Amino acid sequence: MEGFAALYIFMLAAFTGYEVISRVPVILHTPLMSGSNFVHGVVLVGAMVVLGHADPEDPVQLVIGFVAVFLGAANAAGGYVVTERMLAMFKGGNKKQGSA
Amino acid sequence: MANWFINASYFVVAVVFIIGLKAMSSPVTARKGIVWAGYAMVAATVVTFFTPGLGNVGLMVLAIVAGGSVAWWSGKTVKMTDMPQMVAIYNGMGGGAAAAIAALEFARGEVHGPVVATLAVAGALIGSIAFSGSCIAYAKLQGIMKNAFRLPQQNLVNIVMAALTALLGLVIIISDVPSSAMIILFFVFALALGVILTCPIGGADMPVVISLLNAFTGLAVGLEGYVLANPALIVAGTVVGAAGTLLTQLMAKAMNRPITNVIFTPISGAAAGEGEAIEGTMKEFSALDAASVMRYASKVVIVPGYGMAVAGAQHKVWEMAQLLEEGGVEVAFAIHPVAGRMPGHMNVLLAEAGVPYDKIFDLEEINAEFPQVDVALVIGANDVVNPVARTDKTSPIYGMPILNVDMAHNVIVVKRGKGAGYSGIENALFYKDNCRMLYGSAQEAIGEVITHVKALES
Repeated sequence: MEGFAALYIFMLAAFTGYEVISRVPVILHTPLMSGSNFVHGVVLVGAMVVLGHADPEDPVQLVIGFVAVFLGAANAAGGYVVTERMLAMFKGGNKKQGSA
Repeated sequence: MANWFINASYFVVAVVFIIGLKAMSSPVTARKGIVWAGYAMVAATVVTFFTPGLGNVGLMVLAIVAGGSVAWWSGKTVKMTDMPQMVAIYNGMGGGAAAAIAALEFARGEVHGPVVATLAVAGALIGSIAFSGSCIAYAKLQGIMKNAFRLPQQNLVNIVMAALTALLGLVIIISDVPSSAMIILFFVFALALGVILTCPIGGADMPVVISLLNAFTGLAVGLEGYVLANPALIVAGTVVGAAGTLLTQLMAKAMNRPITNVIFTPISGAAAGEGEAIEGTMKEFSALDAASVMRYASKVVIVPGYGMAVAGAQHKVWEMAQLLEEGGVEVAFAIHPVAGRMPGHMNVLLAEAGVPYDKIFDLEEINAEFPQVDVALVIGANDVVNPVARTDKTSPIYGMPILNVDMAHNVIVVKRGKGAGYSGIENALFYKDNCRMLYGSAQEAIGEVITHVKALES
């Protein structure tokens, strides 16, 4: 990830994100926010890498690493469940009938 | 070999994330999108275990299982109406994870050179703000924290705090080996900054804030991705950062609240006192009156609000709508962009109750029709139908797009009590001549209306 190559990746990824979301109907704003919330749950991978390289003799490092992985895993799992529940309602129109 | 395999996997994961997000922007493919992204996340996690030299695996698995299962369980059990605060808290956790990554890299002394240090510090700052800010947002939406809390000279305090935090960050960047005390102080300030920025913001603006913090977390994840030289984090984080920023703008536009206004001049209880005095009285209506007016109307438009969702009345409302339709009444649902707590939240809640999409119209589609509508039935909505947003320049919500229900021949408002809306602003609609109030919880009131409509049929 040297210098300008990194900058170009940043620029292209930013445009991609912008492009992917534009023209989204209002009804999908909330699910999409939740979905993008899930995608940044990939921070879990980074947390795993840093915990994996933490000094096993240093409790401070282990605690911080544990917190990082815990939070990352929660972000990913929670983000997925919530998004999936919201989007499950968009599946195949409306077979469910309202029940009081 | 292992490295090549891992990097190739990350590449595929990043591509699938982008395709998944793209799929999520259309109702037809949305569900597939999240499922694909889910598989990609599992793949990324599994592959990471093969990273050469990875230690502390036991602790790692424990953390994943603990964090994952807590969040999985809470996400499965939460009510649909409480979704926004769950999104907020999961987002905050992601920001916290990004900040913790930076903290650990500093603790390990693995941050070398001013460029990497700058990226790490920036990611830590943004991640910390996202973490503590999201916790406050969660507390507000969950009702743990009731009121907007404004310090005297709030904007000045914000700027001073931000400047101090930035200064601390700068010291860390330029010092070769930053002291632990300095790093701890930096994180304390960054977390406090998130709290003081979010505290004064009123509940009505919270969706925009959550969306903004979501973009923050994405950015923080992207920045830490650079520190760790991990392309999956860089691409996913940056894409979410950009997408989240755009979503925030779209939401702010839907509410006619520029994002700078949301942060620096929140609608608060103090501002709500302003605005012209409203004349007239509220006129009450019985469930029988409401039933007969709607049963013999040719077109009824239902405007649901968060109050309906909290009462869990959407099923009842849909049952009533179906009854009316059987009697030949044309029924439509009109949804304000920010009905519920976030844009699109109400659509999700109505979909859950079984209302078909072709009966749901958004503000632009339906506003022109209100003068031809016989009955507008407002259930638990308030600020989004307040005509002062159109007429009273001194009102804090002036200029916000509203549903013009006051132009319908008759307006029936189902409301629990006589109080003001979420923003605390008095609603001029309730005092209009064509408006009638049907008091009671949405669940009971609509239940009674259904009984009367049925009686009229026989």
